[in-house]
Amino acid sequence: MPQIRNYTLNFGPQHPAAHGVLRLVLEMDGEIIRRADPHIGLLHRATEKLVESKPYNQSIGYMDRLDYVSMMCNEHAYVMAIEKLLGVQAPIRAQYIRVMFDEITRILNHLLWLGAHGLDIGAMTIFLYCFREREDLLDCYEAVSGARMHATYYRPGGVYRDLPDRMPQYKPSQWHGEKDTQKANERREGSLLDFIDDFTQRFPGLVDEYETLLTENRIWKQRTVDIGIVSAERALQLGFTGPMLRGSGVEWDLRKKQTYEVYDKMDFDIPVGVNGDCYDRYLVRVEEMRQSNRIIKQCVAWLRENPGPVMLDDHKITMPKREEMKGDMESLIHHFKLYTEGYCLPRGEVYSAVEHPKGEFGIYLVSDGANKPYRVKVRASGFPHLAALDEMSRGHMLADVVAILSSQDIVFGEVDR
Amino acid sequence: MADIEVLAGEVKSRLGDHIIDSVIACNELTLEVKPESIRTVCLLLRDEDPFKFDQLIDICAVDYLQYGVAEWATEDVTSTGFERAADREHGIRIFDFDKPRFAVIYHLLSVSDNHRIRLKAFLPEDPLMIESVVDIWTAADWFEREAFDLMGILFEGHPDLRRILTDYGFIGHPFRKDFPLTGNVEMRYDANEGRVIYEPVSIAPRVLVPKVIREDNRYMSENEEVGNAPNS
Repeated sequence: MPQIRNYTLNFGPQHPAAHGVLRLVLEMDGEIIRRADPHIGLLHRATEKLVESKPYNQSIGYMDRLDYVSMMCNEHAYVMAIEKLLGVQAPIRAQYIRVMFDEITRILNHLLWLGAHGLDIGAMTIFLYCFREREDLLDCYEAVSGARMHATYYRPGGVYRDLPDRMPQYKPSQWHGEKDTQKANERREGSLLDFIDDFTQRFPGLVDEYETLLTENRIWKQRTVDIGIVSAERALQLGFTGPMLRGSGVEWDLRKKQTYEVYDKMDFDIPVGVNGDCYDRYLVRVEEMRQSNRIIKQCVAWLRENPGPVMLDDHKITMPKREEMKGDMESLIHHFKLYTEGYCLPRGEVYSAVEHPKGEFGIYLVSDGANKPYRVKVRASGFPHLAALDEMSRGHMLADVVAILSSQDIVFGEVDR
Repeated sequence: MADIEVLAGEVKSRLGDHIIDSVIACNELTLEVKPESIRTVCLLLRDEDPFKFDQLIDICAVDYLQYGVAEWATEDVTSTGFERAADREHGIRIFDFDKPRFAVIYHLLSVSDNHRIRLKAFLPEDPLMIESVVDIWTAADWFEREAFDLMGILFEGHPDLRRILTDYGFIGHPFRKDFPLTGNVEMRYDANEGRVIYEPVSIAPRVLVPKVIREDNRYMSENEEVGNAPNS
């Protein structure tokens, strides 16, 4: 008699739905998953070890490269850990700028997620729509930091510089004539805040567009409803945070519950799911984009009214102005010391967490009083989510693994670190 | 958020026998737990009422081998000059640290009561082992695998303690302080042999910015108040 055996399928690491470099070893019974064993670490760059060999400020850029689709939120956790141990706080304007950019980052992240999730399940148009809006937000990143992705904009004690008064404009080229450029520049006549304001006016309508495509779409619902259900108890056990936990019906958001910066002054709601399936996680994230948009609006309104410093005036930690450096001996010394040696943190340990678009992103920092961290542990939100893939996909079909994986919003930059 | 002092008092009265030390610093509560009691403490913290730590946020390991060792003397003026004051070979011990080399750190969060706690267990070496908490919080699975992979800590009772982040067939535990930043081997494709080969690294480790510990600054008063230093 022929024997029936489960067979093992190797998924990735080079697969468009592997969201980067996931190697998934699937034990299959026909088309049904019996066991999923993710092999990670293909993007491991030992960030935590590298950070130990550099002064504090030189590692901010590494944080961008962890979760490379929500750059500024990663920086935020790191910078907050340093500030917490130093016992300093950024000026209020810097806090508003950070909150605004955290929310811009959240929309950036969720747009990429929505596009990629759609693409994985077979919806092509949504991907193009999402990237259209991402373009505008990446322009905001560029306007403020000079880089479209890896901004390195947050600093311990504030942000690198104030928001620009003028939005950069397109110039005519051999591909885009005078008329095209003029049209493209229509929204860029004013300051960065005007540009963001204009975006927040348009954005709810655009989210409606995405929802028209997907929310009641029969195919979309067939692919996501009742797929990868996680109950609230299991979600807590598995260490879920962020939209994954909220999708399972637990109302938990660090921005509200363990508030930081000026989130306590913001008016927004926490969306929660009911069933804890892929569809609920989709709904939660879409609603989060709308809520983020609300927060950005409030920040823009405040930032217009309240000019002020965006960096602490304590030159033991923050850089003096270049102008002062040229004329003032003490500033020159500060400048020299900060660039050659950096600043020392007091001895101790600290954990700071932010509500990252994917969940709780934490930095555990141990300092022995030196100018470099003694140990940094990055608590990546995607790490426990991916660990739960096995439990979530058991008994589902092969095609559902793709839906479950992308509903977790995995980015390997932070999972592998 | 529950008051952290209250929580600390509650922990002390309930868990007194299992705890070596409890510190509040930067508004965070850290418990130093006897390594053999880790499961008792975790079970109690998860289930008993004022605690209700229903979520394990993180497990990580710290290697304290070079804790308090700097690469550059800054206390006194040196006759040897600026660049030569750096000792990159051996390091200069600024303060002593008399606890075991490795510690495992647990970060817990209570979603229902909204508070956090940090557990810290210093491990005796040989065997470098602590009991696993996988059956208390499922989330511990990968975190323990990671601590095993990167620091070489064994978790007794873990169902599947494999390497997770490093390459297949990797030797050593890269996040230990005596593991060089550049690693030990590098890999390339060898056209003659027609396969990928491993060779000792060709780049020499170098320090761009020496590590400096300054105790002479304005944090001193704060430091005492923080009382955070494991051995100041």
